[in-house]
Amino acid sequence: MRILVCVKQVPDTSEVKIDPVKHTLIREGVPSILNPDDANALEAALQIKDKNPDTIVDVISMGPPQAKLMLRECLAMGADNAFLLSDRAFGGADTISTSRTIAYGIKKLGNVDIVFAGRQAIDGDTAQVGPQIAFRLELPVVTYVQNIREVKENSIIVERQLEDGFEVVEVQKPCLLTAVKELNEPRFMSIGRIVGAFDTEITVYNHEDIDLDQELCGLKASPTKVYRSFTPEPKGKGEMLTGTINDMAHTVVEKLKEEHLV
Amino acid sequence: MNKKFPDYNGVWVFAEQRDNKLMGVVYELLGEGRKLADEIGCELSAILLGENLGTLADELFEYGADNVYIKESPLLKTYTTDAYSKVIGRAIEKYKPEIVLIGATHIGRDLGPCLSVEAETGLTADCTKLEIDHEDKKILQTRPAFGGNLMATIICPDTRPQMSTVRPGVMDKAVYKKGRKGKLVVLDDVELKSEEIRTKVIDVCKKIGETVSLTDAEVIVSGGKGLGNKEGFKLLKQLADKLNGTIAASRAAVDSGWIDHSYQVGQTGTTVKPKLYIACGIFGAIQHIAGCKESDMIIAINTNENAPIFEIATYGIVGDLYKVIPAMLEELN
Amino acid sequence: MYLTEKHEMIRKLAREFGNKELTSDILDKIEETEEFPKEIFDKMAKAGFFGVKVPKTLGGQGADTLAYVITVEEIARVSGVASIYVSSPNSLCGGPLLLSGTPEQKEKYLRPTLNGEMIMCFALTEPGAGSDAGGMQTTAVKDGDYYVLNGRKTFITGAPLSDYAVVYAKTDPTKGTRGVSTFIVDMKQEGVSCGAHEKKMGLVGCATSDIMLENVRIHKSNLLGKEGKGFINAMKTLSTGRLGVAAQSIGVAQAALDEAVSYAKERKQFGREIYKFEGISFMIADMATKLEAARLLTYQAAALMDEGKDATKASSMAKYYASEACNEIVAKSVQIHGGYGYIKDYKVERLYRDCRVFTIYEGTSQVQQMVISRQVINGK
Repeated sequence: MRILVCVKQVPDTSEVKIDPVKHTLIREGVPSILNPDDANALEAALQIKDKNPDTIVDVISMGPPQAKLMLRECLAMGADNAFLLSDRAFGGADTISTSRTIAYGIKKLGNVDIVFAGRQAIDGDTAQVGPQIAFRLELPVVTYVQNIREVKENSIIVERQLEDGFEVVEVQKPCLLTAVKELNEPRFMSIGRIVGAFDTEITVYNHEDIDLDQELCGLKASPTKVYRSFTPEPKGKGEMLTGTINDMAHTVVEKLKEEHLV
Repeated sequence: MNKKFPDYNGVWVFAEQRDNKLMGVVYELLGEGRKLADEIGCELSAILLGENLGTLADELFEYGADNVYIKESPLLKTYTTDAYSKVIGRAIEKYKPEIVLIGATHIGRDLGPCLSVEAETGLTADCTKLEIDHEDKKILQTRPAFGGNLMATIICPDTRPQMSTVRPGVMDKAVYKKGRKGKLVVLDDVELKSEEIRTKVIDVCKKIGETVSLTDAEVIVSGGKGLGNKEGFKLLKQLADKLNGTIAASRAAVDSGWIDHSYQVGQTGTTVKPKLYIACGIFGAIQHIAGCKESDMIIAINTNENAPIFEIATYGIVGDLYKVIPAMLEELN
Repeated sequence: MYLTEKHEMIRKLAREFGNKELTSDILDKIEETEEFPKEIFDKMAKAGFFGVKVPKTLGGQGADTLAYVITVEEIARVSGVASIYVSSPNSLCGGPLLLSGTPEQKEKYLRPTLNGEMIMCFALTEPGAGSDAGGMQTTAVKDGDYYVLNGRKTFITGAPLSDYAVVYAKTDPTKGTRGVSTFIVDMKQEGVSCGAHEKKMGLVGCATSDIMLENVRIHKSNLLGKEGKGFINAMKTLSTGRLGVAAQSIGVAQAALDEAVSYAKERKQFGREIYKFEGISFMIADMATKLEAARLLTYQAAALMDEGKDATKASSMAKYYASEACNEIVAKSVQIHGGYGYIKDYKVERLYRDCRVFTIYEGTSQVQQMVISRQVINGK
């Protein structure tokens, strides 16, 4: 069996800070990490490999050359091979454009039984690229996978998370599944595999390697454009209550009564 | 009407139903869709798929839809990506709406991306604000990015339809007008075969116990790391019960394993907009604030006077929640 | 000093491991029960922490000494006692086997130790022979294909938990250090027993006790290395061991500095945060500077070992300086915390107890001074 996991290198948004004067994002010094949901996707693939040792787990990403480091982390978790789609022409892509490039990359790699992706990346939170890749490759897709019940010869039974529960879905193979964090606990790398990861060649493909016209890549092929961006304004500071605990409790309950909330 | 795309016309909303009940976000989409349609000067339509849908179409008219595109089939009873994207994809191709709005539910966020590829058009995820550009009537879609640290306004200048998924709980609900009528259009030219549907829903499991509907709650009492342990939620529940509200939590409390993820308010949880939000022992990480700042009134209780939650609080109380809440309960009695 | 991406990734792994697995709840529980959780021990084995610089062919991870130092440093940053479990198989327990073991002995004892399936301890110190290891009294008398061991080893870290012990004993009491040989002793064997658990000041969660040997018969296949070569084996093992203590020292010192900085930014006295007082900020400057110097000495000694050069002086200097600096830095951190630093609820209280042994075990500061001065005077 061959499993392909789509991964992305993202800035750690929990470390992103706002310049208090200019109200802009401070990106400097923000570490780049493997997108958290993608780590769950990789873990799911590796768990299938644990049970079926002849399984090959490959990872694929689109990004700048620096993304190689994140791919090496995937190798250090246990992936077999890593592929990076990297080309200046891919820059500035929205989800429509990104999903096309990755779909071409996957086609280039050939036969695959399961494609995994994270539900969404923490820098954009769109949750679009996974299902878009599936649609482009004409693969059935199940998003929000919170549990994999059974991998059968021709299908997989998974639980798909809903807001108020889950559905049990049987999906035909080959297929694409997107992982949520409840799916599993990603394993640690190991020192030995880190050593091995730096001895492994990462294959880099540009637009020609994946037979994709330059006009269909990156910003040029992105239907959406950023019109403007800004930092959200904090809501005006309200009133700090004073006095003893009982005074403050009294005041606040009075306010609730005024607003007919009691 | 936009002269660049003379064939495209109208605002559509996806009328997502589960168990033949419209999702809450559908009323919000109709409310927002109505505003957009009036500004552009076009009609508002809903697209409704399912089986034995009964009076749902009438309900959509009463909430402001001018047209309802409907298809009923046993194959559409529960959502599947293959069936829904095929039927709606064809309808979009045929009727050419200018704008398509979809609720950013787990289902909407599955359907939207597939429709956008089918139409090779842009899709903006999780919008929190939609406006019409007065110049050319295009839609300006604003959404949070970078974990809520940045807001981005996205446009889709060169392709149609313009598509957005919209965060539940953000937009105002449509006005209900009893007996309001509209035009029903049956989508009978799309044929569905069961073998085209490559996923099969075997079972649907609802969470046992009380279901959390944070988006509909009018009063929310929310707890964070400052609770110190999961027992703290019992105290919050007492206060919530007194105020006819529900409890919720910050990511820190959820990550500590004190309460289920479905209670989480914030960027990666649920965005809430209650009349009253009481934040207890919540520091106020930016991603939490992104999920609760639209509340009408916020009361923050925290021992740390420098906690950012106080920046957005209507009323701030510096103190131990284990003393403040019992005092409030006493006052309420 | 320049670290490669590989070393940075190993640091990231160890740091993530520390943050995720060694939570304050777990650490409090270890202090309370004096037991280290088996699940965490197993996870550390899986992450490859036990055989960092041992070649992959022998069941290790194939990294280098610098990687080992970084791993111990990052684990010690969250937990001193956890760092003992990491450093032991890499140095004191694995070291003697790696240096002198036959292929069979390595397969039988080293590989399972690195996998976490077996626990070994290092038994050199005796009640009357600490810094003067050559003065040991334990004897091994040859009897056909066997050696008969008698004696008592003391302060043996991990002894009650161990499956096997590496025991140093005199096969020829007339030859001083040249009469010492090394044996692999099965802890369940007849005649082997452990003393009471020592009640230690710090590093709680790693049982330490005496080992008593009464007419213990050891087959000659469990002689490690040649007869009479035991002292050299012990000294070489301790030389890497020293680096492990230096790494623990910089890890704990970093934790103390981190705690001090965050406390000084939070705590207000006389109307302002205390870091704004020179008395506090200058202490922080000293702590940070000494830590950096200790770190560079430690990394340099590791780099020398990786280049295959003699690191005797460098590792003694690293151990001596880093352990002394660590004690100073932790003491200052407690001082900055004021009364709170004396309370068990604050992390520095544990750091203060944990680090005290760093200037003592695996060669006291005074022994390091002896080694360093001898090297310097001899022009090395």
